[in-house]
This record gives sequence, C-alpha cells and structure tokens, in this order.
Amino acid sequence: MRLSLLSDLNAERAARRAAVLVTDVASGEQRFVRDSAIESDPLAGDLQEKLRQGKSGLVEQNGRQFFLSVQIPPVRLVAIGAVHISQALAPMARNVDLDVTIIDPRTAFATPERFPDVPVRAEWPDAVLPEIGIDRYTAVVALTHDPKIDDPALTAALQSECFYIGALGSRKTHERRVQRLLASGFSGTDIARIHAPIGLDIGAVSPAEIAVSILAEIVATLRSERRRSA
Amino acid sequence: MLSTDTDILKTAEDWRREGRGVAIATVIETWGSAPRPVGSHLVIDDQTNFLGSVSGGCVEGAVITEALDVLAEGKPRMLEFGVADETAWQVGLSCGGRIRVYVERVD
Repeated sequence: MRLSLLSDLNAERAARRAAVLVTDVASGEQRFVRDSAIESDPLAGDLQEKLRQGKSGLVEQNGRQFFLSVQIPPVRLVAIGAVHISQALAPMARNVDLDVTIIDPRTAFATPERFPDVPVRAEWPDAVLPEIGIDRYTAVVALTHDPKIDDPALTAALQSECFYIGALGSRKTHERRVQRLLASGFSGTDIARIHAPIGLDIGAVSPAEIAVSILAEIVATLRSERRRSA
Repeated sequence: MLSTDTDILKTAEDWRREGRGVAIATVIETWGSAPRPVGSHLVIDDQTNFLGSVSGGCVEGAVITEALDVLAEGKPRMLEFGVADETAWQVGLSCGGRIRVYVERVD
C-alpha cells in the first residue's frame, strides 16, 4: 500500500466520511474510492452494497478477486451532562472505539480536569449539536436529569438518524418527559426511539456500573443484527 | 488502552512517516468460527513491534514472521490458517475456523 493512500484513508476517517479501499488480491494493485466517487467506479454496485452493510469482503469481477476494505466513520457517542456517570462512561466508551464528546452548559461540570481524555463543550446542546452533526453512526445519551439541558438534546437526536438515544431517569421522570415531547409535536413512535430508563437492566448501582449498563445497551443496539436473542 | 481499527491504521501511517518499515496484515476471508471479523488489521514494523490482531492471538506469531519477509521483499503475500494440528506443532486456530490474511508493505 502506498503511504499516500493510507494517509487519504486516515483523513477520510477523521473527517467522518465513508470510503472503500479496493485491492486486486492477485496483483496487489489498489485504489481508494471516496463515498462521493463510488458511482463512477467499475465496481460501483459492489461498493455500494458493502458500504450499506458496513462490511468488508471479497468480490469477483471478470475472474479477478478484489478485497473491499470498507471504512465507515468511527461510531460516536455524544453525552449530554458532564456528570459522574459520564466520567466513568467516557474512558469505557473510548475502549470500545467510540469517539466521545461531552456537552454540558454548566461550566463547573464541563472542565478538562474532569474529562482529561475527551473533548468537552461547555455549551448548550442545541447550540453544539447542529455544528457537530448527528449522523447514523452516532449515539446520544442525556444524563443531566435536568429537562432544560436534556430536552433540547433529545429533540435534536429525535430529528436525526442517530442509531441510539438514551435518557437517564426513573419511569416517572420519563413519563413526564414523554408528555413534554408529545406537547412539542413528536409522535409516540418518535419518542419510542428513546431508551428510558437508560441502559440494560443489570441492577447497576454505582455511576461506573450504570456506565457499563449504558455502554452495553449501545453495543447491543449497534450490533443488533448479530444478536442471538434480539 | 486497547487498540482500535482507527488507531491501528493511524499508527501504521505514523510509524512509516518515522521511517520505519511497516507491513499491514488484513483478514480478507473467514470460514467457520473465526476470532476476528473480515477487515481486521494487524500492523507490524521492522523491529517486530505490532498493534491490533487478526486472530485474537492464535496465529499472530506466524503472521509477524511472514510480515518481516514481506517487508524485505516488498511483494504482498496471502496467508491461510486452519485448524491447529497439535501433533505437527503447526500454528492454527484452536476454534476450528479458517482465515485468509493478506499481508502488504506500506511504501
């Protein structure tokens, strides 16, 4: 592989754009196909199919074998609330290859000291979210317990294609949240996308245990096609 | 800290820019129960430092040895590993699967 090609590939990943590296496995010949250039590629159909599945694999054309290495954007976790649970969640999420961002307008919470390894934005979610963009490779979790902060984030998440939305709070808290979201115009089907109470039911007690349950639910949603008991 | 696919390919680029010889091994096909999915990478430098995995540890040693040859010769290689044959002390996958691994040099 040429270094320039590897460098292009890493740049597209960093910019959260999909792409495919095509390798002729017999000759070693390679080309890097950006998402925007797929239509004009000789293997367009195969490239689109693999990209849709998010899976790398071999294809054949005219008796030649090509390996398609599919690069989808790194899966991202946007956590609303620079709270104790988020402090436990951020390093765990990074370990499972999630690209983590913390948002909380309360400047006392949203400090780099509390979150040394991930970007922290001390701003309102409705100001930050449009800028960072919530795509279908994004999970959004609302963890502040404060509707003033959580609701604008949930609104943005419900209007997006993000693959996971979770909100912290008891069933009672969630029932009040559902009423507010209905009043603001979302349908019951929309609101059903929200996982609440957030996380798998593992009887979590401590902030770190709750973080485990949230992360497990995000992975379970991300990998739902592979689950034996979905 | 565990390495992820993002880290692995970024590391490959960084190592090469530092002037190291770098090879990338990629799982391109699996049969049966394979420990790592198609597309998984292992990056190896000329001092046998490595990052990532193609089999969760079963055949990494053999892949690294082959990668050193690829680094020396420059020509990509296709490797295939099957079920471990303990009597022959052969490397292989104890899980009973088979994998094909493509090893190439970063030029």
